[in-house]
Amino acid sequence: MSEEKTVALVTGASRGIGRAIAERLADDGYRVVGTATTESGAAAITEYLQAGGFDGCGMTLDVADQAAVEDVVKGISAQFGAPLVLVNNAGITRDNILMRMKPEEWQAVIDTNLSAVYRASKACLRGMTKARWGRIVNITSVVGAMGNAGQSNYAASKAGVEGFSRALARELGSRAITVNCVAPGFIDTDMTRALNEDQREAMLGQIPLARLGEASEIAALVGFLCGSHAGYITGETIHINGGMNMA
Amino acid sequence: MSSIEERVKKIVAEQLGVKEEEVQTEASFVEDLGADSLDTVELVMALEEEFETEIPDEEAEKITTVKLAIDYIKENLA
Repeated sequence: MSEEKTVALVTGASRGIGRAIAERLADDGYRVVGTATTESGAAAITEYLQAGGFDGCGMTLDVADQAAVEDVVKGISAQFGAPLVLVNNAGITRDNILMRMKPEEWQAVIDTNLSAVYRASKACLRGMTKARWGRIVNITSVVGAMGNAGQSNYAASKAGVEGFSRALARELGSRAITVNCVAPGFIDTDMTRALNEDQREAMLGQIPLARLGEASEIAALVGFLCGSHAGYITGETIHINGGMNMA
Repeated sequence: MSSIEERVKKIVAEQLGVKEEEVQTEASFVEDLGADSLDTVELVMALEEEFETEIPDEEAEKITTVKLAIDYIKENLA
């Protein structure tokens, strides 16, 4: 295999939306490196990429660990080439009403969802500025725009990423690097499958399209933003939520 | 092999898109050669690659002129 494929790094790619994005990008012809926090998660990524006949692999990474992020990006650059596409997808929730929220719950969410975007983006910028081309897509959430009781930490982290992306888009525009956010609503993943029947009914009642979104629908939008037709979109947050929040 | 001074000046010219003769030793990247802040970061990256070294951020921030770049390389690469 001699032709040069663009390397795409997708964090949090072992399941859910991250997995769908990794598969979409692999199918679109990128060499995909997906990360997961556990060895078994990384192995699962390698497995599904290979099963799909794709080029790429899984790697272990805790995006909250500064040195680990730098090492992984250096490792990928040495092994496959510098990642010119970065999808910051890894995210966690630690839901609690604010009056009960422990400092650790606040900090963990800010660290993994917001500070990690700073870390991974910074680590990839050397390669992107050198190439005079790059794509950063950050997965945020409808909750960043609407708010959600019990998710002040999560909402703050996601809204923070959107502001970060607008600032970075301005910094990097002259190098043809775009920075955008994709903000999903309720998507059919393990996270939403954990809800009970009542919660599920209440949720669907807020969605004009009256169904959950598919991870593949998010992935298709991410794929578009990474591609050549999306070169004039930057600093934007694109909502994909079945109409539950229309800006 | 060209001198460190020549190699630095060549890289500055390439990175900032100016003619080599404009790259005077005393020139400031931003004030004389029209670099913006991102250009100066990329310039340091190019110097790191040319001289196969790593310049820490705290040091990189101080390299604001051609002369300071030459001095840094000379001091740290001997």
